[in-house]
Amino acid sequence: MSRFEAMDGNAATAEAMRQINPDVVPAYPITPQTSTVQTFSQFVADGEVDTEFIRVESEHSAMAACIGASAAGGRVMTATSANGLALMWEMVYIAASNRTPIVMTVVNRALSGPINIHCDHSDSMGARDAGWIQLFGENPQEGYDNCIQAVRIAEHEDVLLPVMSMYDGFITSHGLERVQIEDDGAIKDFVGPFTAHEALLDVDHPVTYGPLDFYDFYMEHKRQQVEGMKHARRVILEVAADFEKRFGRHYGFFDGYRLDDAELALVVLSSTAGTARSVVDDLRSQGLKVGLLKPRVFRPFPAEELADALRDKAVVGVMDRSDSFGALGGPLFMELSAAFKIHDVPAKTVDYVFGLGGRDTTPDQIESVFRDLAGIAETGKIQQPVTYLGVRE
Amino acid sequence: MGRVLREKYTRQPTPFCPGCGHGIFLNAFLHAVDELGLDFDKTVFVSGIGCGAWVPSPHFQADTLHVTHGRAVAFATGVKTANPDLNVIVIGGDGDIATIGGNHLIHAARRNLPLKVFCLNNFLYGMTGGQVSATTPQGDITSTTRQGNPERPFDLVDLARGAGAPYVARFPVSQPRKLKRGIINALSFDQFAFMDVLSLCPTQYGRANRAKRGYEGPSMIWSMLEHQKGTVAPREKLDSENPEGKIPIGEWYAES
Ligand code: SF4
Repeated sequence: MSRFEAMDGNAATAEAMRQINPDVVPAYPITPQTSTVQTFSQFVADGEVDTEFIRVESEHSAMAACIGASAAGGRVMTATSANGLALMWEMVYIAASNRTPIVMTVVNRALSGPINIHCDHSDSMGARDAGWIQLFGENPQEGYDNCIQAVRIAEHEDVLLPVMSMYDGFITSHGLERVQIEDDGAIKDFVGPFTAHEALLDVDHPVTYGPLDFYDFYMEHKRQQVEGMKHARRVILEVAADFEKRFGRHYGFFDGYRLDDAELALVVLSSTAGTARSVVDDLRSQGLKVGLLKPRVFRPFPAEELADALRDKAVVGVMDRSDSFGALGGPLFMELSAAFKIHDVPAKTVDYVFGLGGRDTTPDQIESVFRDLAGIAETGKIQQPVTYLGVRE
Repeated sequence: MGRVLREKYTRQPTPFCPGCGHGIFLNAFLHAVDELGLDFDKTVFVSGIGCGAWVPSPHFQADTLHVTHGRAVAFATGVKTANPDLNVIVIGGDGDIATIGGNHLIHAARRNLPLKVFCLNNFLYGMTGGQVSATTPQGDITSTTRQGNPERPFDLVDLARGAGAPYVARFPVSQPRKLKRGIINALSFDQFAFMDVLSLCPTQYGRANRAKRGYEGPSMIWSMLEHQKGTVAPREKLDSENPEGKIPIGEWYAES
């Protein structure tokens, strides 16, 4: 039987990790992820899991140990945030290139400097080209559900790629919400036993991970990573369908809210979608045809599906919780604009960079975005392709 | 801290928990600075992440460089090389300087640039919630070692000496006068100087280990101070063959 509990995102993730019972968890504390692995370490101390918990001396070592443990044939998980992820950088790429199906929760936090511990998406957006599958969750429930599905996605033999599961620092990581926790046995059944592929400790079939790989074969190996990502598109949906069958909660590449007949659409990741939904309701009651699209999967980027979902909109506003300095706009905006171009979507698109370093984003600001979009729809003119919300200029 | 010192050297009250050993260090440090006449205008403080790193930044009325976790010594190396006339002082905790940044510490000691590094050792990560660090004594309770730390800690004096530091010291905050003397010696030393400052973290370490260590009485903080005093002894008094389980304190010059 499932049960309902009041949990913050980190507690819910730790609970998922307990139920998954990974073989190895190397971790290092960093705000706001800390309580995830700290809670998990209590499960280790209480003998509730069989996990080898390695208290490493830095995140670089955490990911290095993850890769070693995964290559040796273990189911491996960890969690981090911001500068922790940045310190892992070298290893983050190597984890994907070695096809080690590690599952890492990334509690989104601004990547310094100056030092800031609050939420934005600059940490995981920086890692978007590293070769990891990236899932964004809106609330503790989605953090829990994504963490569990991530294991199946990563370990699928057609994929074998590491997965990052994200949710917003403090807002979700430390915000208490009602979370449906599934039965231990049901989660165990869902994730299934771990099957190691090409494990280092299989002495009858010796393998080498990460040797020199130059112009003769490097490009083929990169091409295989691309294949893994392509397969991931199918596997993500298969895993979501099985998850829905067993637990009743629906997941896909994205989630639409009052989107079908909307003329003005807003695209935003993670917890801000919750605020945006209430704004959509307000404006709908005033007769404005507005809707919301919340992407869940950022890598692999579901370009075609997003293009189809937004094809008939007059104007699409993207809200980016991170910037790409010197680029045309935030990462979500750029990817979506490219998808529109490639898939012939005529909708006008604008970008709003918001919430950097935990700057609060109010319903009023989101409403102002919709009013902007309405103005663009009316005049057919975009005054400003990128706007910074709630900033002193 | 006297009002005069406070007005002369600091910008704002400290953020430390009541009873935090870092406050005692701060006090001793500013007394040393004043006695020595260290010119804050010619001094740069470099610190990383953690409670210890907050001693200089943003509290001191001096230039401070507040950097990423573990990298203060590396940044300080850059500062000193670019402008050798500056006094370059690193203050941070054991998690910062000896755990995630341990590599920089040993290489700075080996390189022997005249940096001064003060490691406020409270045996765990205080700021992030009391997790195990590289100096947590074996068996001690932290929030990530609920059954006791299974691993052995670094002895930071041995580590720094082994890496070639020509001046290494260890003083406890429970003996602030000795600590101040040591700080003066470290600051006036003309080469690389490292000090393992035995600090106290009542909030994380104290509460987690209260039962185990027997921090008795209504004032856990006082009991921690008493306890710290009882666990250390001047290195000269300790027979190196048989240190009676006590932690040696004092100064180690390369020649000695
Ligand atoms: S957490 Fe510990 S080290 Fe940090 S200020 Fe409080 S007592 Fe001091």
